[in-house]
Amino acid sequence: MTNRAELTRRDIMKSGAAAATVTLASGVTLMAFGGTAAEASGRADSGKRWGLLIDASKCSPDCNDCVTACKTENGWGQDIESDHISSEQAPEWIRKVTLRDKSTGRTTSAPVMCQHCEEPPCVDVCPTGASMKRADGIVLVDKHICIGCRYCMMACPYKARSFVHEPITDQPEQNPRGKGTVESCNLCAPRIDSGRIPACVEACEKAGHSAILFGDLKDPDSPISKALKQYPNAALREDLELNPGVRYTNL
Amino acid sequence: MAMEQTIYRELKATPGVWQMAALLLAFLAAAAGAWFYMEHHGHAVTGMDNQIVWGLPHVFAIFLIVAASGALNVASIASVFGQTAYKPMARFSSLLAITLLVGGLAIVVLDLGRADRLIVAMTTYNFSSIFAWNVLLYNGFIAVVAVYLVMQMMRRLDYKWVRLAGLVAFLWRLALTTGTGSIFGWLVARPGYDAAIMAPLFIVMSFSFGLAMFILVTLALFKLNNRPFGDQLLVRMGRLLGIFAAAVLYFTVVQHLTNLYAAEHGGVERFILLEGGIYTLLFWGVQVIVGGLIPIALVFLNPSRSSTILAAILVVIGGFAQVYVIVIGGQAYPLEIFPGYEVLEGWHEGVVNPYTPSIWELMLGLGGVALALFAAGVGAKVLRVLPTNLSDSNVAAKG
Amino acid sequence: MRLVLAFLAVIGFAWGAAADGSKPVVPVATGDPHPEGNDYWRVHHMKMLLHDRDLTMREGVRNVMPDANPIQASIGECFDCHGVQDDAGAYVSYDDERHFCRVCHDYTAVQVDCFMCHRSTPSETTAHRTMAKPDDPSSIEAYLARVAQEMTE
Repeated sequence: MTNRAELTRRDIMKSGAAAATVTLASGVTLMAFGGTAAEASGRADSGKRWGLLIDASKCSPDCNDCVTACKTENGWGQDIESDHISSEQAPEWIRKVTLRDKSTGRTTSAPVMCQHCEEPPCVDVCPTGASMKRADGIVLVDKHICIGCRYCMMACPYKARSFVHEPITDQPEQNPRGKGTVESCNLCAPRIDSGRIPACVEACEKAGHSAILFGDLKDPDSPISKALKQYPNAALREDLELNPGVRYTNL
Repeated sequence: MAMEQTIYRELKATPGVWQMAALLLAFLAAAAGAWFYMEHHGHAVTGMDNQIVWGLPHVFAIFLIVAASGALNVASIASVFGQTAYKPMARFSSLLAITLLVGGLAIVVLDLGRADRLIVAMTTYNFSSIFAWNVLLYNGFIAVVAVYLVMQMMRRLDYKWVRLAGLVAFLWRLALTTGTGSIFGWLVARPGYDAAIMAPLFIVMSFSFGLAMFILVTLALFKLNNRPFGDQLLVRMGRLLGIFAAAVLYFTVVQHLTNLYAAEHGGVERFILLEGGIYTLLFWGVQVIVGGLIPIALVFLNPSRSSTILAAILVVIGGFAQVYVIVIGGQAYPLEIFPGYEVLEGWHEGVVNPYTPSIWELMLGLGGVALALFAAGVGAKVLRVLPTNLSDSNVAAKG
Repeated sequence: MRLVLAFLAVIGFAWGAAADGSKPVVPVATGDPHPEGNDYWRVHHMKMLLHDRDLTMREGVRNVMPDANPIQASIGECFDCHGVQDDAGAYVSYDDERHFCRVCHDYTAVQVDCFMCHRSTPSETTAHRTMAKPDDPSSIEAYLARVAQEMTE
């Protein structure tokens, strides 16, 4: 994929119209930036794999801040949207679950969102390639080519995806979403691309829990990699061997 | 009536034919209205949600798609397996296979969240998706069977070419039903689906549902035009239907026994077979008894014209119930995301997902059936695909 | 697609000549003009949008030309300059026929598929358009530094 500077230049060369002579000058200038521009601006890096480590012992059953922050950041679950559809039809990017161990009776809570699998079943089954994994391991839906068949929702073992059941307006600029397409946690890809941590991670830290640790799983020196090496941890539905990028500890 | 040749003639436009066409058009108009309503308001107005993501429209669609490949059986039996008694029906068998598939696909497409992006589905393929392969298999099926039909209708063509086309169509239909079954069989996430037997199960289902649909549609058209259809021929087809229905039961037994043996699938089996409410009722009552045991008993213990017709109707009803149990029941049973834990709070975790289909979904589904039947009727009206006489003496004379 | 582009090109040339009410009157924009020129954009905007769409969405490149004169790749930024206000000063959405995109697209009867998902008015939150400074507490760098410090304690 070229960047826009190269695209513009190519078109100008091809069209050769008189009208283009004005832009030719800037086209030439832009050309010089062509090769390196994208790298400088945070292209999804295949040398990284973003992930989360969720420490259930730090997660408070009463706190819902990660879910609220996700709703605000990504614009889902607003009252105007939820009022006149059933709760089963309401969007759900991240949810809090409270679990009781059947054998010991111990109760824990943790957020569940898209687990950003290394081998995502939703990507395998998508007929058009709308369900995709970025170079940096983030799994998300390209709503531009999603046809709304919902096969990815059938395939996801975590119920991480939801379908937009009705028309919506005034979406946040950073998160376009609309009727008839499937959506899920994208690990706040627009925030990561602009060098920021995901909204849930920020909210959890602000709430004083720091139960969600964010980082690069491929970097052995990153805090998340060190923590994973140090403490026992698990993936949900480990039997499926999907190698999720979201891991749990003390569950 | 010795040695009468098989003569194919277009359907005559009797008042009965017009009434039937008007009825089907009414269903089509209702389906169009339902679709516009769902398209305008989004899937919020349907009974489908984030837990039951595929609903009644998909039950109709999968039933029709499965029946489509099975409707081709009659033609395959004639061209590939050389049973001459079936040969006069081979043309209409091919036509019905195409129209049933079109009816089923129309439902799937109109139920898409973004039906306006059909062009994306047709031009952008992710080849690791069985769904994408199915798009190719379905389109290819229509093309292959259309060529096969044309070749059957070319009187001067050497029959070996028809046999070859029939063989290709037969192999293609096996691939197609394998693909349809694999839509479910390859879903590792859901305990109700994840099973290799889904593909062969769908193939025997198609044999059974397709033949039943073929018997009913053909008899209806023959009756509308007062063309004779022999009792012996019908009883013979009824016996075949009985064998297919028994094969479906056998595969169903194997499917559930295999699941019961694996402890991890014990939960979903208990759900479908014992505690699933509507799904348990549909499974035992409609799929197994009404759609399996009764028609088998009818065609073998009391072989007659009326038994065969009744058996075909029951197989269709039972088949519909079977697809409903597979599609909806498989989603209603909760996903086990946290084994060993009881979920106190969450998002519909560990509970059976309720589903009540809306009238719009029903109208859309019935519209797909109406489209298939209407197209088959129009085809029989403009093409010479239906023989004028299938009385026993006529069939026997050639046989 | 080619036909549509050609048609739009013709419209583009017609703009200069006819403003007698029979042709669409394009709302005046604010801000600096596109470096490629208006004529170029009128003909190629679809291509540019599609290109940037895949670049941002699939490859994570949000800022396609971060040089001295940056052009961001967010469709939301179109409305920074091309937002149309009603008499009360509120920005009109795509539901309103005065919307920038609709003025021409209604005229040419070309359907726009963007605004079922994208907002069609200027956004109030624009933080994601600029790279986080390292001292911004929500930046990945600052976060990792905080976490690393906690882990050593």
